[in-house]
Amino acid sequence: MRVTMIVNGDEVTREIEDRLLLVHFLRDTLGLTGTHWGCDTSNCGTCVVWLDGEPVKSCTVLAAMAGGHEVRTVEDLAANGTLDPVQEGFMQCHGLQCGFCTPGMLMTARALLDRNPDPSESEIREAISGQICRCTGYATIVRSVRWAASS
Amino acid sequence: MTTVDNDLKPVGYGRMLRKEDPRFVRGRGRYTDDVQLPGMLHLAILRSPFAHARIVHMDTTAAAALPRVKAVVTGADLAGLGLAWMPTLSGDVQAVLATDKVRFQGQEVAFVVAEDRYAARDALELIDVEYDVLDPVIDARRALDPAAPVIRDDLAGKTDNHCFDWETGDAAATAAVFERADVVVSQDLVYPRVHPAPMETCGAVADFDAVEGRLKLWSTTQAPHAHRTLYAMVAGIPEHKIQVISPDIGGGFGNKVPIYPGYVCAIVGSIVTGKPVKWMEDRSENLVSTGFARDYIMRGEIAATRDGKILAIRTHVLADHGAFNGTAAPVKYPAGFFGVFTGSYDIEAAYCSMTAVYTNKAPGGVAYACSFRITEAVYLVERIVDCLAYELDMDPALLRLRNLLKPDQFPYMSKTGWEYDSGNYEPTMRLALSLAGYDDLRREQAERRSRGEIMGIGIAFFTEAVGAGPRKNMDILGLGMADGCELRVHPTGKAVVRLSVQSQGQGHETTFAQIVAEEIGIPPADIDVVHGDTDQTPFGLGTYGSRSTPVSGAAAALVARKVRDKAKLIAASMLEVSVADLEWQKGSFSVKGDPGAAVTIQDIAMRAHGAGDLPDGLEGGLEAQICYNPSNLTYPHGAYICVVDIDPGTAVVKVRRFVAVDDCGTRINPMIIEGQVHGGLTDGVGMALMEMIAFDEDGNCLGASLMDYLLPTALEVPDWETGFTVTPSPHHPIGAKGVGESATVGSPPAIVNAVVDALRPYGVRHADMPLTPSRVWDAMRGHAQPPI
Repeated sequence: MRVTMIVNGDEVTREIEDRLLLVHFLRDTLGLTGTHWGCDTSNCGTCVVWLDGEPVKSCTVLAAMAGGHEVRTVEDLAANGTLDPVQEGFMQCHGLQCGFCTPGMLMTARALLDRNPDPSESEIREAISGQICRCTGYATIVRSVRWAASS
Repeated sequence: MTTVDNDLKPVGYGRMLRKEDPRFVRGRGRYTDDVQLPGMLHLAILRSPFAHARIVHMDTTAAAALPRVKAVVTGADLAGLGLAWMPTLSGDVQAVLATDKVRFQGQEVAFVVAEDRYAARDALELIDVEYDVLDPVIDARRALDPAAPVIRDDLAGKTDNHCFDWETGDAAATAAVFERADVVVSQDLVYPRVHPAPMETCGAVADFDAVEGRLKLWSTTQAPHAHRTLYAMVAGIPEHKIQVISPDIGGGFGNKVPIYPGYVCAIVGSIVTGKPVKWMEDRSENLVSTGFARDYIMRGEIAATRDGKILAIRTHVLADHGAFNGTAAPVKYPAGFFGVFTGSYDIEAAYCSMTAVYTNKAPGGVAYACSFRITEAVYLVERIVDCLAYELDMDPALLRLRNLLKPDQFPYMSKTGWEYDSGNYEPTMRLALSLAGYDDLRREQAERRSRGEIMGIGIAFFTEAVGAGPRKNMDILGLGMADGCELRVHPTGKAVVRLSVQSQGQGHETTFAQIVAEEIGIPPADIDVVHGDTDQTPFGLGTYGSRSTPVSGAAAALVARKVRDKAKLIAASMLEVSVADLEWQKGSFSVKGDPGAAVTIQDIAMRAHGAGDLPDGLEGGLEAQICYNPSNLTYPHGAYICVVDIDPGTAVVKVRRFVAVDDCGTRINPMIIEGQVHGGLTDGVGMALMEMIAFDEDGNCLGASLMDYLLPTALEVPDWETGFTVTPSPHHPIGAKGVGESATVGSPPAIVNAVVDALRPYGVRHADMPLTPSRVWDAMRGHAQPPI
């Protein structure tokens, strides 16, 4: 089938299999490898991207379902070479180690701050509770988001 | 934008932002699954649905006929190439693809190579395998029953499921101490099977060039050099024609040390099709087939005087190694470093006997940041010490303080033959008690108990043994556990350092730049760290067992000193003084008493490569290389205190606070150290409260997805409270000891001790992990059961 969507501000049209997952469409078809594939069951959240401004787990969204919609990935967070404050916060507060969960965490953090510019620690923990990080123990991720909120 | 700390630190140790982060926060990490090559094909593996079954017949006709499928390969095909079996890191053999029987659920049976991931999976559905299902051996306690089916009938003459026996310590001396002790406490303990579950699963991209006979392999390996050597030995490709690249790795935790059948399949797939082949396992495949951890059934015994002097510790362990002995440990250490089970205490005698068995479960056994089984050892000793405190009705902090080794006992030779290099335990313990406000916590606990609330305080004190290891007694399949390092200073004074270890998130590109910077005074930003590519780096055994800083960190410091020594000769020539008249200030040599007469390391680098004269006999260039063979392990230690609350109505355990005081010797980058500790503490919460790879009686894995195998999220863990003491290693060139696994080792007993402490009013002396609500609920009602 043919699918057309806006990805990071650009319209893309591709012939795809009906069953192609959005995560594989982004990674394998478009070469946007910042979004990662981690679990297939919506548990780990490393595949989180935005669909019309809402964070979704792209391992359980069909690429076809994104047709006619806007997708935003981690590659679009920095604008004109300037990092988004959440990206800067993760670097400043050691909010990442292996970096594999980081793109999903960043997209969720940005969405949280867009809705709630001054979240509490518990609100941040709640917001990222659908995502797993095996390296950091989360405390530095919470600090990173707080850093972005106060920057 | 302001920065919270100085990331432009000119030289050396201290908090410094990570050099690798700019690419990661932009989504520009380079992981194995990100590798895309022209014409690349995709490989998928058919796995056994049964734990134990004989393969009667296999028909791949329909799969091979599917459009877009390029190859279907079975165990019989591999047998024809002599590749059906491969050696494990423990000297056992493991099937690459099953030929005769399947021996665990999820075992590799066949593979398909196709034009895309989806087509490869479609073809798996069309492979018809007829199985004759056999009785499985699931309970390790029954593995040696005479009637138990023999799993490893591939081994000549094998008539049982015995894997190995092992013992350490002095049985007779220990028995004598137990005979005369006032108090003897014994406790059965289970450390259940768990899985490291890194966020990135395992995978590889193999690109075999048939014309040149050259293999290029990107793979999720923590040990690229060791893997290259083993591929050369197994596949017969000459070692100089194999390049193993371990690119960015999405977490390892020991899961990515072994060679898995999938890697070999990818290589074979590329050879067979003549195209690059990618294999990436999915999450279920990772959980059911790759290296698990623990699975020790232990009996711990402790002997003491009535006033709390610990005299001896004795243990027997039944170790479940799964279907193949895939333990990744030095070959002379079949139980890893479990021999340090005497912990941090001054005791008279110790003894351990161990029996390891085969079962119809996935192979593995050393993984999940375990420091080669020190997780199990520390859990044993710290749990049994708490059982003793319970029986003596003595405060567990006081009991530990009474028995900790004293500073003047170091270097300390343990009763099982481990030479602890240095330690100053009491200040570490007292700092943890102080940070936690221990006395106040006990008062709060008494008050809460009077109101019917359930609060617990748990303590663990651990000693680690990391940095394997001295090559005279530590090797993996004959490869000594040393590490190489090369340092080259360019003419303009910038440098490149090449490591034999690689990073799975530990921040080597930063830490190792800081180590070199501290020694030669070139800013870390000017030092490029190259790692994870066998063509670009010297030979070494890789990153696991917290060995990077103890071994490769030493190599980096020493190679930098070699460069500095050469620089000093050139500086003397440039300043026209004798070497003895020079003094080093980080970054430059100056003439003693005349600080204005100085040359920087950058000046020296240019001279080393320039046209001017060099001292007689000195070659041009400014570079050096080294292979570092550690003289001993390093022994970090730490004191952990956990506070839990348990909901009386639901038995849910909440970790309210966790105080971790670590002593890893010299601290290179405190930010990275703290991050390593935080991650390990979270592992501890997972293991103590949530995680277990369970099996049903037929051998079906019940933890085959992240819906079933529960990992901690941000909601299950507290904001960590950390502190540190510094006791440098006397034999390490910079005194560093390693910290990557300390918290994973130390935290599970602290959490379990806290839960058991909370349940003291219910008469509970022990409850096994994972302390899920249902298991805590049972314990509160006197029905605590082992999890297996």
